[in-house]
Amino acid sequence: MKKVIHYINQFFAGIGGEDKADHQPEIREGSVGPGMALNEALKDAKVTHTVVCGDNTMGTDTEKATATILEFLKDKEFDIFIAGPAFQAGRYGVACGTICKAVKEEFGVPVLTSMHEENPGVEMFKSEMPIFIGGPSATSMRKNVADIAAYANKLLAGEDTGPADEEGYFPRGIRHQVWLKEPVTAADRGVDMLIKKLKGEPFETELPISARDMIPIAPPIKDLSKAKIALVTSGGIVPVDNPDRIQSASATRWGRYRIDHMDRLKSGEFKTIHAGFDPAAADADPNVILPLDVMQEFVKEGKIGSLHPYFYSTVGTGTTQREAARMGREIYEHLKEDQVDGVLLVST
Amino acid sequence: MPVVQLANLIPVAVTVGANKIVPTISIPYPLGDPATPKEAQHRLRKHRVEVALDALTDDAKEQTVYKVKI
Repeated sequence: MKKVIHYINQFFAGIGGEDKADHQPEIREGSVGPGMALNEALKDAKVTHTVVCGDNTMGTDTEKATATILEFLKDKEFDIFIAGPAFQAGRYGVACGTICKAVKEEFGVPVLTSMHEENPGVEMFKSEMPIFIGGPSATSMRKNVADIAAYANKLLAGEDTGPADEEGYFPRGIRHQVWLKEPVTAADRGVDMLIKKLKGEPFETELPISARDMIPIAPPIKDLSKAKIALVTSGGIVPVDNPDRIQSASATRWGRYRIDHMDRLKSGEFKTIHAGFDPAAADADPNVILPLDVMQEFVKEGKIGSLHPYFYSTVGTGTTQREAARMGREIYEHLKEDQVDGVLLVST
Repeated sequence: MPVVQLANLIPVAVTVGANKIVPTISIPYPLGDPATPKEAQHRLRKHRVEVALDALTDDAKEQTVYKVKI
């Protein structure tokens, strides 16, 4: 029999509503409230303990409440942690996401929850854990609990799980490799899609690109001759020993390398580690990807004020948009700190 | 902080929402075709980087793909 620990708020524990929202964290044996429905839907598992915490306590005293709850769980054996469902209740949703994330990081067990799409917890936590697509209110309790339990049953039995939309949770932006039940090669699938596209028939892409995320256009540089410009690339240009061990595909790391003492990037000192194209040209002359030579000329000619002494590099093949966005934010923080005025980003 | 993306796959850059884009000539060698003389590569690279630098100063109000001459 597998063990489940369940998290609910003060309302679903029957303690009270808003007036009890500052209820301090507690742990009880067995199931409470929605945990009973959960118990029924679980196959070879049961809720051994229920953590209850007021939504305001979790919302305003987050660190302390989280630490207290992790302390409760320290000496407990459990195979999975489930929070909610939280429906459209914003604070409860954020609380469920917060505690699930903390439990996952501390104990490494699968964590699951459920929320309505309008719950702010969805945007905040959907990439961290499966959040099942729930109804707006407790009238959908039974269904929402059943969805979580069905997935938990699969996980606990070690069965294969399907992609997010099949299982019923919000897509997390994670790609998995799968064996197709009826094998059709990627080439055949690609050509099939192309034929459908040419005929104007509907087809389903295997690589959905998330909705366009337009970033407001930054104000332009007024005087280029006084501006500090930085070079950034996703073309995998690094010193030949790749000191930061940036991955050649599906990169999660980036590096920055000093270039202010060079007129150009020399072959043999720099190369590309990008696995998505033939590296011959860039290895022979890295400036074809990272145009240091012409940038130094523009500095000498006074076209730009200065070149930022470091260039930033990662590999943009197989890299998820989520990882790319994270690395972009991290690089931006450095550039901002160094008072860079503008960036040229060369992609391959 | 304005950013100009020098990209070969313009439709991808447009789809993911880059807001200032300058086309490059290929994926493995965006800014210099190794089959051409070094001088020609340099000329092309200098031109396209200059277009990108100028794009940093452009007060664009919407997503823009800049034109290049070489």
